[in-house]
Amino acid sequence: MLLTVQDIHKTYQSADGPYAVLRGIDLTLQSGETLALTGESGSGKSTLLHLIGGLDTPDSGQILHEGRDIAALDDAGRAALRRGTVGVVFQQFNLIPSLRVADNIAFQARLAGQHDPAWDAALADRMGLTPHLAKYPEQLSGGQQQRVAIARTLAPKPRVVLADEPTGNLDEATATTVLDLMLELVAQTGAGLLMVTHSEGLAGRMSRRLHLRAGRVA
Amino acid sequence: MTTVTLHALLSHWWRNPLQLFTLLAGLALATALWSGVQAVNAEARASYDAAAATLGEGQYDRLVRRDGQPMAQETYIALRRAGWLVSPVVQGRLDGVRIIGVEPLTAPGGIGPVAPQQGADITAFLTGQGQLFANAETAGRLPDLDVIVTPDAAPNTAVTDIGVAQRLLGKASEIDSLIVLRGQPMGRGALDAVAPDLTLQPAQGGSDIARLTDSFHLNLTAFGLLSFAVGIFIVNGAIGLAFEQRRPVVRTLRALGLPLRRLILLLGAELMLFAVVAGVIGVALGYVIAALLLPDVAATLRGLYGADVSGTLQLRPSWWLSGMAIALGGTALAAGGALYQLARMPLLAAAQPRALAMAAGRRAVLQGIAAAVLLALCGVMMVTATGMIGGFVLLGALLIGAALALPVILDRVLAMASRMAKSVTAQWFWADTRQQLPGLSLALMALLLAMAANVGVSTMVSSFRLTFTDFLDQRLASELYVRTESDAQIAALISFATPRTEIILPIQSADTDIAGQPTEVYGARDHATYRDNWVFLQQADDPWDSTFDGQTIVINEQLSRRAGLMVGDEITLQGTAFSIAGVYGDYGNPIGQGVIAEEVFETLYPGIMPQNFGLRMDPDTVPDFVADLAAETGIAATQTVNQAGIKVISLAIFERTFTVTTALNVLTLAVAGFAILMSLLTLASMRVPQLAPAWAMGMTRQKLGQLELLRAVMLALLTAIVALPLGLALAWALLAVVNVAAFGWKLPMYLFPLDYARMGGFALLAAALAALWPARRLARTPPAELLKVFSNER
Repeated sequence: MLLTVQDIHKTYQSADGPYAVLRGIDLTLQSGETLALTGESGSGKSTLLHLIGGLDTPDSGQILHEGRDIAALDDAGRAALRRGTVGVVFQQFNLIPSLRVADNIAFQARLAGQHDPAWDAALADRMGLTPHLAKYPEQLSGGQQQRVAIARTLAPKPRVVLADEPTGNLDEATATTVLDLMLELVAQTGAGLLMVTHSEGLAGRMSRRLHLRAGRVA
Repeated sequence: MTTVTLHALLSHWWRNPLQLFTLLAGLALATALWSGVQAVNAEARASYDAAAATLGEGQYDRLVRRDGQPMAQETYIALRRAGWLVSPVVQGRLDGVRIIGVEPLTAPGGIGPVAPQQGADITAFLTGQGQLFANAETAGRLPDLDVIVTPDAAPNTAVTDIGVAQRLLGKASEIDSLIVLRGQPMGRGALDAVAPDLTLQPAQGGSDIARLTDSFHLNLTAFGLLSFAVGIFIVNGAIGLAFEQRRPVVRTLRALGLPLRRLILLLGAELMLFAVVAGVIGVALGYVIAALLLPDVAATLRGLYGADVSGTLQLRPSWWLSGMAIALGGTALAAGGALYQLARMPLLAAAQPRALAMAAGRRAVLQGIAAAVLLALCGVMMVTATGMIGGFVLLGALLIGAALALPVILDRVLAMASRMAKSVTAQWFWADTRQQLPGLSLALMALLLAMAANVGVSTMVSSFRLTFTDFLDQRLASELYVRTESDAQIAALISFATPRTEIILPIQSADTDIAGQPTEVYGARDHATYRDNWVFLQQADDPWDSTFDGQTIVINEQLSRRAGLMVGDEITLQGTAFSIAGVYGDYGNPIGQGVIAEEVFETLYPGIMPQNFGLRMDPDTVPDFVADLAAETGIAATQTVNQAGIKVISLAIFERTFTVTTALNVLTLAVAGFAILMSLLTLASMRVPQLAPAWAMGMTRQKLGQLELLRAVMLALLTAIVALPLGLALAWALLAVVNVAAFGWKLPMYLFPLDYARMGGFALLAAALAALWPARRLARTPPAELLKVFSNER
């Protein structure tokens, strides 16, 4: 199993006292599988994504990446996980504005020590970014920036791709194009995809769907 | 991983060259001002040390005549025969160069010429064949003499055999002092029996000159530190803004798997790299500043303390190292807080908008508390502070406390203005200005310090100038001063001048020691000149009557403060007791002074004859008098100085004294102006998202630009209003605490409203000029740029 999440709990402190965001979540993800995570705002979708990506730590429960529990990892261990095993696509793109498109695409792969220029070129070509490789992110449209972000995520060939509303900032046509590309490339690499989305249409294109409500799987 | 991360981090600066320039320039300027001042200090101290090494100043006991006059060679011989291990020294000036004659066979090791270069003939030196030892600069001033160049020699000083010195100085068979070697034999003859007219001056453990000038250098160091602090504010601001701008990048880097520890290390390494580059530039700039300031410092020290300082600068490794250390330390200081926050900020929290700004908001509370504590400390120190250290603690608490309080004060004022605003535009303007405050507060704090320093120091200098001018009018009352060179000239002068002047006032003094303080005692002739012109700070009834009656003494403020002597206290001179009848202001004199009646002086110091005389006469008759004096007595016109001439010289010395501080003042203000410019330019790039909604709702870009300009001027005006009382408090601390500790006298404080208004005007102009470019850039922001703000929104 690529990913196993078992009985995850997470509570935040708010001004009104403790607030339980996740109350015992279980899920699994296999290689090549695509899973949509849906739910209302505040249902815990993004929190779950952050926990799986090693961006945050759960209060209790287990998150196993190919059988390895990441809850026990320290900061450096979680950073290594994010570099090599997991790739995250953010809604806000989060490109490095001072680097050119080509450098942005190669960035995570170089961090992970898995840089493959030929694969970078193939990704850029497939994403239609080849004419823009020498540009800076600010010179691109929102859709183009998200394609750069996806290429960057896929460049180190991660086992798990996490996407947090990756088309949330894009118009419908661009969102469809971007999703098509992402699904195609994820399938090509054999990775598992877990995508948070509000869109019923996008969720319907995933192989499976998990709906969260008040911190639990509905 | 390191390479790719460094590439990403450094690419930020490549894309934001202005921010990089701000950072490097701020740090370089701070380092330059600091290291420039340190270079001047180091050069002066090296000069003192060389002088001390040449003469062994302060290291050995000395025998001198009680009346300060040279002793006969026979006295030296008598002491040697009585078993005293002493070595004779004669000194004087030749063409402005200090000539020191030592007796090489008896002088203690380390005194005299050191490490002579090629061409030195030590035999010639030992046998008194006329060789002198001096540095290259001094050698150039003695072209007719056989001078061997020794680089380590004290500036403006030439050392030679005592016989040669006596011949060159016209002091045949005379000795000025005797160095008493350590380890004197037991059973040597008693000093009182062998040479009763000599007195033993104990070693002081340090150079006299160095001690006298320490205060001056402390002042310079304080200014250097203040300038450095202003520079560090700039660096802190630049780093803070850079971190704020790079916050999303930092979040992304961490999200992509860069360990936090590695990120902090690389950010630190990046900053240290900049610190090294800026440090090198800063030290080089500091060298230029020092080279420009040093001639004035040298002139000041020569005029004020009689200390010879080399007017040229040497590159000293210690100075380079300290400059680099201060650049690296300053960067660490400025960046420490930002790095610490970044290290502590959770990965996901960093993704929140303006997370650092919110952290800054929490810091503001701590800042306000720190300001309150420091200003309370300042209040306590104002009542209790004495001495140099106390003075600088007071200054530090005052300046840092006020700087920390400024953003809190401005925030309150802006909040109040926002509440009182009537129109929508005004409400938006005040609220938006308040929002800008965290980004601008460091630059405004720098401006506050620079302006306060300007007000404070200019008040001190102007008060000093006013007091000193009045003082010169009082003290240089005689219309003509005459220097005689022989007993015959004295007799001729008295004979010639008596019928032609109102009175002849002899100027005669003896060096002595009162309550452990080196003091000059003067014998004054009873005349209205003293009664009418001298101003007492403290006095008994009719101080001059009792003094001229021979019962009392009047002393200067320096002696009163240093020895703790008050009116009514008793002191003893040559075994005779005197009550203190008055304490007078004596600005510019580094040592103690006392005045007794002429007749009493002649009784106590019978061997001292006056060489100088002040003549009271009709000022209009001075030129004719000088001409007739030369014609009838042979006393040359060059031996006379009229009152106006002395005043010009005295004022010139004191003008140069403060040239250095004024120059540093101007530089500090310029650095603060630069800080505002850089902050506004950096903020301008972050302003677009804030201004775009106002533009979208109908405000023109031109109007937005005008408001930006107005905002900068208004903030500078508010800062100037705070700077004025702060500057006056600074002036008070300088005049009432630091000046007393440094120089020994307290100056009255005068206010100069026009000067302050002019300075405020300059500050507003500087702020307007600094804001002009960023405002113009904002006013010309293409609509497409403004629209991007909305197109990126969800």
